[in-house]
Amino acid sequence: MKTLPSHQLAYLYDNPGPLARRRAMVWSIVSVVVIACVAVAGLWQLDESEQLDSDRWTPLLSPDIAEYLFVGLRGTLVAAAVVAAFSLPLGVLLAVARTSHSALVRVPAIIFIELFRTVPVLLLIYVMLFALPTYGINPGVLWKLAIPLVLANSAAIAEIVRAGILSLPRGQTEAGLSLGMRRSQVVRSVVLPQSLRNVTPSLVSQLVSLLKDTSLGYVVAFTELLYRAQVLTSYNRLLIQTYVVVTLVYLIVNGSLSLLAARLRARTDAPVPLPALATTTSAVTPGALAPEGARHG
Amino acid sequence: MDALTHSGDLVAEALGTTLLIAAISALGALVIGVLVTVARISSVPVLRAIAFCYVQFFLNVPLLALLLLAVFALPDAGLIMPLSTTVIVTLALYEGAYVAEAVRSGVNTVASGEVEAARALGMRFGQVMRKIVVPQALRAVVQPLGNVMIALLMNTALAATVRVVELTSAANRINNVAAQPIVIYAAVGAAYMAMAMCLGLLAGRLEKRVAIVR
Repeated sequence: MKTLPSHQLAYLYDNPGPLARRRAMVWSIVSVVVIACVAVAGLWQLDESEQLDSDRWTPLLSPDIAEYLFVGLRGTLVAAAVVAAFSLPLGVLLAVARTSHSALVRVPAIIFIELFRTVPVLLLIYVMLFALPTYGINPGVLWKLAIPLVLANSAAIAEIVRAGILSLPRGQTEAGLSLGMRRSQVVRSVVLPQSLRNVTPSLVSQLVSLLKDTSLGYVVAFTELLYRAQVLTSYNRLLIQTYVVVTLVYLIVNGSLSLLAARLRARTDAPVPLPALATTTSAVTPGALAPEGARHG
Repeated sequence: MDALTHSGDLVAEALGTTLLIAAISALGALVIGVLVTVARISSVPVLRAIAFCYVQFFLNVPLLALLLLAVFALPDAGLIMPLSTTVIVTLALYEGAYVAEAVRSGVNTVASGEVEAARALGMRFGQVMRKIVVPQALRAVVQPLGNVMIALLMNTALAATVRVVELTSAANRINNVAAQPIVIYAAVGAAYMAMAMCLGLLAGRLEKRVAIVR
């Protein structure tokens, strides 16, 4: 969904008069005080259990440990790149197949998508770890992580792309056909370029979710950030400190991706459909809020 | 199928655990999500900032990292809760951010005239939210919320990594004894699919019922 800049929410409030300003101020102060209290209580609790002592934090700044975790981060990025490289094309293919006119193509795509959208990735990973080796299928540790993630993420990507395809005006396809293009040509040179561009922000958001999923490398013992963190804690016993640092690293990496998605989203003019929002967005006049926002802003 | 019927008790208990975790954290996530959305569109800049940070934090950090932090690390700071409670709280906080994203896109569909009319009638912010904005926003996003709930159900499987005996870890345990991996994992996978399908159908029905015809 398109992120409304805050001024477009202006219709929720009047231009604040003295009373409203005072009220907002009071609530600001109250919430700051509450947050401060919670933060102080948390820090006090951490301090009581000696978790804030500097000798529990400085080890994580040492070059050795930083490098150890950095190798983990590299593994995370490699896994994410591999999964993205396979699941993007597969997802687009599935989306096209699911919107196909031939049931022979459509039905398998529906089954694939619905299957891998509704089975936990962890279960797929357990299948890779415990079921397939008994049948002599034993891929490397990267693939034990990557294959389940590709299956799950291509299904998710297929739904995003399909929403993009469905939200395209039908006239686009009709125009292509009336020019004498074959259906495959219409899909390739009319439908896909436009719908992929429209859903790019959602695809970037899916990258964030995909990158988060690689933390399941923890389960298959693939060298990625969370797995390395876990190994590290079994040596240094600095659980809180290590996991806080790792959380921050994820926040920085994914935060920048999310920021990119938000930028892209703000740039596209048309409201971007979410998979299941296709019905709701089409029910509302596109941009119905924009004139209102413009009037107030 | 033998393996599953032999350990019927374990399967039933594990299924119950999965459903319990899913149901309670779903409820928690809905409440958190709505509150965060209201904070996000409030006229108090501090609340807006807090809500924004909350959503961004949970959208960008892997659930597994949070689970490990909550289950294994926080006890070091003297914060010890029962295992399943820890999982439920973490899951509710995490999915609350996704609910907030969904509900916010619903808020965008509420016509500005509604809010202006309510204000003209002299309603205060809390009343406008409670009686006008939130009910309509929720009705507009039944399907997306259904998808969030399906994702939540899938995410309960991660509880297996912190040694909660739910459906996924039960599958592992049974397989360790019976060594019939394909049957066992297929059956458990089918159980997840069935539950997800129920959620999907429920969302579809609910949407038909409450959708606002414009």
